Amino acid sequence: MALLEIRNVTKRFGNFTAVDNIRIAIEAGEFFTLLGPSGCGKTTLLRMIAGFDAPDSGQILLDGEDIAGLPPEQRPFHTVFQSYALFPHMTVAGNIGFPLKMAGKTPAEIKTRVTETLAEVELTPFADRYPHELSGGQKQRVAFARGLINQPRLLLLDEPLGALDEKLRENMQRELINLQASAGVTFIYVTHAQNEALALSHRIAVMNRGRIVQIDEPSRIYNFPVNRFVADFIGKINLLSARVIEVSASHLKLTVTGLGEVIVPVNGDVKAGDQGVFAVRPEQVRIVAQSPATATETQLLGKIKDFLYIGDVTTYIIELTNGTLIEALLPNSVPGHAKLFDIGDSVVISWQEQSAQFLPD
Amino acid sequence: MPSFRAKQPAALWVVAILVYAFLYIPLIIVIVFSFNDSKLNAEWVGFTLHWYNALLHNHEMLLAARNSLIIAVSASFLATVLGTMAGLAIHRYKLKVLPVLAFTPVAMPEILLGVSLLLFFLQVLNLTLGMLSIIIAHTTFSIGFVAIIVRARLQGMDESIFEAARDLGATPWQTFRQITLPLIRPAIIAGALMSFTLSIDDFVITFFTKGIGEPILPIQIYTMIKVAVTPEVNAVSTLLMLLTLTLIIIATRFDNSMLGKS
Repeated sequence: MALLEIRNVTKRFGNFTAVDNIRIAIEAGEFFTLLGPSGCGKTTLLRMIAGFDAPDSGQILLDGEDIAGLPPEQRPFHTVFQSYALFPHMTVAGNIGFPLKMAGKTPAEIKTRVTETLAEVELTPFADRYPHELSGGQKQRVAFARGLINQPRLLLLDEPLGALDEKLRENMQRELINLQASAGVTFIYVTHAQNEALALSHRIAVMNRGRIVQIDEPSRIYNFPVNRFVADFIGKINLLSARVIEVSASHLKLTVTGLGEVIVPVNGDVKAGDQGVFAVRPEQVRIVAQSPATATETQLLGKIKDFLYIGDVTTYIIELTNGTLIEALLPNSVPGHAKLFDIGDSVVISWQEQSAQFLPD
Repeated sequence: MPSFRAKQPAALWVVAILVYAFLYIPLIIVIVFSFNDSKLNAEWVGFTLHWYNALLHNHEMLLAARNSLIIAVSASFLATVLGTMAGLAIHRYKLKVLPVLAFTPVAMPEILLGVSLLLFFLQVLNLTLGMLSIIIAHTTFSIGFVAIIVRARLQGMDESIFEAARDLGATPWQTFRQITLPLIRPAIIAGALMSFTLSIDDFVITFFTKGIGEPILPIQIYTMIKVAVTPEVNAVSTLLMLLTLTLIIIATRFDNSMLGKS
């Protein structure tokens, strides 16, 4: 049985359907992420799990039992808020000990557990500081420690890294993975940052307009997006509108705007005449010297139109002879070079059949 | 330091000094003449504490002071409790009309409030005018001040703090005791001090609602002035000023700390 089951949950605000008939089952020990653009309903769903909002219809089941009637304080879930929500009038130790105090633990027990937890998150020297005396990263760790100290069945995290700068965010991501593994607590993580979701999660539910679009492991979400929205939202991708003209057991033949006829692997349930997009990731597009193509590669002629130096990689924008633009990404592995090609260079681009796909709209 | 600070025109300082002078010179004159060894407020004769001593033996004045203190303490206590509840409710339920109604007495002309309360006490409640009617009247006009201060404090706070408390296992009552109350305490104290100072020197509303019974401090002072502005009036005014000033300073300290902290 799943630890938490969300069964056909719907929530409306006036005419706006924030969460639309969502079904998810989350297993114990999972790091589960709700990913989507702002306004997709991910935070509303999290608030319903926490007990701050009630669903209009549907059920939320913990160990198979409906928790609709339970107020937030009676749910064995704790939340880490985006703003940290530390109590400004309590010290670090006071904040971390608060859930234990509310759970009716003795002062002696609270003291022992707080001391242990402070050591675990390396905040012992800050025990008597107030939240306004802490840095962003320290506040973050206090919030995690406070959420985990009373061993909740679920830790709900609402964009907890959103307020940190990029360097710190990367460190905290690693800490979070370790924290989840060592605490053995199931995490439900809400974010709009796709790279964060890919780096942290066991499974991701991609949401759009109140609905779940795809639930899968990070690598499958990235490599096999189910539709145009997921492909576009997760990472960078070349998308060109396309129509299916022929379906065989293992391949699809498409006519792609600007490319002509292209072969891609079968992906899901499609039939001839379906409209959608042809998709290929920039890092799968190769820029090669003009050499004969192998059987499984598609080759096209073009010119370098522009490039964007990012540091570790450079993105090249290639204009094909018919004017279509394709992005390709090459790692900068040659020391001292910012780019391998220059604007105006004639090139041939290619990709393996397996790395491209057809996505329905 | 930004350099434009140095370039503040002298004219601005002159205006500022004039404004402060206009506000405080009359008060300073009252204080100075309360120590003047003369029955007239005309020229400085010499230093004395005679008028303060006379106050201590003025039975009517002492009674008025006692009454005023009882009224101010009771009214500010009631106004603080009710005003805090109003401030919390107005903030929490995001109401539209009710806040306006709660804050209106703050801006309403005192004479109007006085007349309406008088009619209300006499014709609706059939109340004999006295200490009780004054306490109710003072509570009425102070509630709005407390509500405004408490609500302002709440508006500056991160809402998720209260949700976090519930989420971490606190019941609504525990959330109020452990989180809300300590956080709005400075506003409550500031509101209480404000109500106290408003009550202790209120004349107009007190005048309408006091009836013919007990002497009340501001009315008593006014009665004494009917004859002449005696040094004794200066002395009692000085004491009242000192009390009000002290409380206002404490109140603004709490108010400032509440601005600085969040």
